[in-house]
Amino acid sequence: MTDKIMIELTDAYKIYSSAENEVRAIDGINLKVREGEYISIVGPSGSGKSTCMNIIGCLDVLTSGTYILNGKDVSDMSRDELATIRNRTLGFIFQQYNLISKLNVYENVELPLLYSGMKKEQRDERIKSVLEKVGLTDRAKHYPAQLSGGQQQRVSIARALAGNPPLILADEPTGALDSKTGREIMAAIKILNREGTTIVVITHDMSIAQEAPRIVRFYDGKIISDETSKEVSAQ
Amino acid sequence: MNIKQSFLLAIKSIVGNKLRSILTMLGIIIGVASVIILVGLIQGYSNNLTSSFSSLGTNRISVSITNLSSTRSVNEEDVEKFFEENTDLYSAYTPTVTLSGTLKYEDNTLTSSCTGVNELYRDIDQSVEVSLGRFLRYTDITTRQKVCVIGAYQVEELFDGTNPIGEYIKIAGTKFKVIGVIAETDEAQENSADDCVYIPYSTAIRLSGSKDVSSYSFSAADTSNMDAAVSALETMLYDKLGSENSYRVFNTSSLLDMLDSLMSTLTLVLVGIASISLLVGGIGIMNIMIVSVTERTREIGIRMSVGAKGRDILSQFLIEAATVSATGGIIGIFAGIGIAIPVGNLVGVPAAVSIQAITISFVVSVGIGIIFGFFPARSASKLNPIDALRYE
Repeated sequence: MTDKIMIELTDAYKIYSSAENEVRAIDGINLKVREGEYISIVGPSGSGKSTCMNIIGCLDVLTSGTYILNGKDVSDMSRDELATIRNRTLGFIFQQYNLISKLNVYENVELPLLYSGMKKEQRDERIKSVLEKVGLTDRAKHYPAQLSGGQQQRVSIARALAGNPPLILADEPTGALDSKTGREIMAAIKILNREGTTIVVITHDMSIAQEAPRIVRFYDGKIISDETSKEVSAQ
Repeated sequence: MNIKQSFLLAIKSIVGNKLRSILTMLGIIIGVASVIILVGLIQGYSNNLTSSFSSLGTNRISVSITNLSSTRSVNEEDVEKFFEENTDLYSAYTPTVTLSGTLKYEDNTLTSSCTGVNELYRDIDQSVEVSLGRFLRYTDITTRQKVCVIGAYQVEELFDGTNPIGEYIKIAGTKFKVIGVIAETDEAQENSADDCVYIPYSTAIRLSGSKDVSSYSFSAADTSNMDAAVSALETMLYDKLGSENSYRVFNTSSLLDMLDSLMSTLTLVLVGIASISLLVGGIGIMNIMIVSVTERTREIGIRMSVGAKGRDILSQFLIEAATVSATGGIIGIFAGIGIAIPVGNLVGVPAAVSIQAITISFVVSVGIGIIFGFFPARSASKLNPIDALRYE
C-alpha cells in the first residue's frame, strides 16, 4: 500500500428526480481509497452501494460533487473520455459474469485489448498470460455456456485483468456461485491485491465483506461506518 | 476495435441467424436481381436493335416526301440534279419505290415486297452483294426494263434453290426476268435481309401507277459531315416544297441516338420501379437492426464497460448492417445473372450483364445497409452504459 490516493469522492451526490419526488441514491458521501488498498462496500439493497460502484466504475456520473480517480478528475469527463478511463484504469467483475455468449473465452478476454488498440501479437501474449493466471489456458476456445459458473467468473476476472488496470471493481462477485467456488474466487481476488492492485468489492454478504481489511457500510445513501480491521491497522 | 473484427462478428451473426438473415436480405436480393435482369435484358435488346440499325449503314440518310401537291412538288429529276451538284456531300442516292405483290414462278407463289431502286443502291446498303448474275444497271433504269434481282429467300421458295438466272417470274401479274441473286446473309429467312426483290424504280413507278417518287435514300460521303448533308437536303426540299411539314429527313445515326435515349429512359423507369424493392429491403434491414440492437443491449453495455466508445459501437452495427446488405447484394447479383441469361435466351435477346450494373448494384446495396443501419446503430452507440448493462 502506498500513500497515493486511488479513489477520492468529495461531497458526492447522485440524485434521481422525477416530477413528484427525488431519490438521493448517494447523499453526500466522502470516501478515500489509497492505491493498493482492498476494501469492501456493504449495505442492504437500496442503500446506494451499487450506485456508488457505478460512479467509481465511471459507468455513471455524479449529480454534484467531485470524483478524482487515479489523480484525474473524472466528474466532468465526456462519454468517450470515461470509456477510455474504463478501458485503461478499471477492471470489472460482475455478479452475472457479463460475458458475451457468442464470443469464446479468448475473444471475451480480448475485448478490452481490442478497444485499447493493442496489436495482435501483444494481445495474444497478454491473453495467454491472464488465462494462465486464472487457470483456464485449456479453455480458451470454449464458449461461456460450456463453462461452469466458477470458470465463467474466472474468465471475467481474466478479462478484468487483461488491460492490467490499477483498480478492480467486483460487484457481488460470488453472488451466483456456491460457497466453495465463491471462496476460490475471493482467494483469487486477494492474490490480485497482494500483487498491488487496488480492489473494491461490493457485497451484501458480511462473510465476503470480512475478507477485506477495510469495510465501508452504506445505509440510505450515506456512509454509516468505515472500519479498518485490527490486524491490518496493527501492521 | 478494428473493422476486421466487426466484419467477422457480423459474418458470425449472419451465419448464426440464417433464417432471419435470409429474410432480411430478401428485399435486397429481389431488388438487386430485378435491376440486373431488367438492365441486362434492355441492354441486350438495345444491342440487338443497334446492331441491326448499324448494318443499314450509319451514313444513310432517308428522305420521305409526305405531301405532294400539284403546285409544289419535287420529282426524281430534281433530286438527281441536286445529287450531281453535291457529290462532295453524298456518295450515292436512289429513289425508292416500294410495292407489295404476289410473286409467281410456275406453280410457286409468294407474297413479297419489291423495292424499286436505281443502280447506285448497292453503294447505300453495303450489305447487298450479288452472288449470281448482276445487279441493276443504269440502262435498265432509263429504259424501264422488266428485270429483277432477288434474295436467297425468293430463290428458296420460288425456285426450290435452283439457279434462277434467266428465268421469268411474275410480279403483280407482270413478267420480269431474273438477272441477279443477292448473297445469302440470314439463312434465307422470311422478313430477313434475304427476303428482297429489287427492280428498276422507273419500272416500279409505272407498275404502282403513281406519278412521283416519295422516298429517297442518300449515302453521306463522310459521316463526320452528316449534319451538313442532312441540312443541305432539308434546304433543297424546303425550297421546292415550301413547308417543313411536307417532308422528313432522317439518318441512321440520329435514329440510333433516339433509340439510345429511348432505351435509357426505359431503363431508368424500370430500374426506378425495381429500386422500390431496394427501399423495402432497406426498411427490412433497419427493422432487423433495431431488433438486434434491442436484443444485444446487454452486450453493448458489456462492451462499453470494458472501454468501447460510442463510435466503436456505431461502427460495429454499421458494419453489420452493411455486411448483411452486401451479402444480399452479392446473392442478388448472382440470382439476377442466373435468371437474366436463360430468360434472355428464351426470348431471343442475349442479356448483356455489364460490370457497371454489377458494380452499381453492389455499391447501392452496401449504401442501403449503411443508410438504413445508421439510425439503429446510432441509437445503440448513444445508450447509457449503466442502463445497457442492467438491461434484461
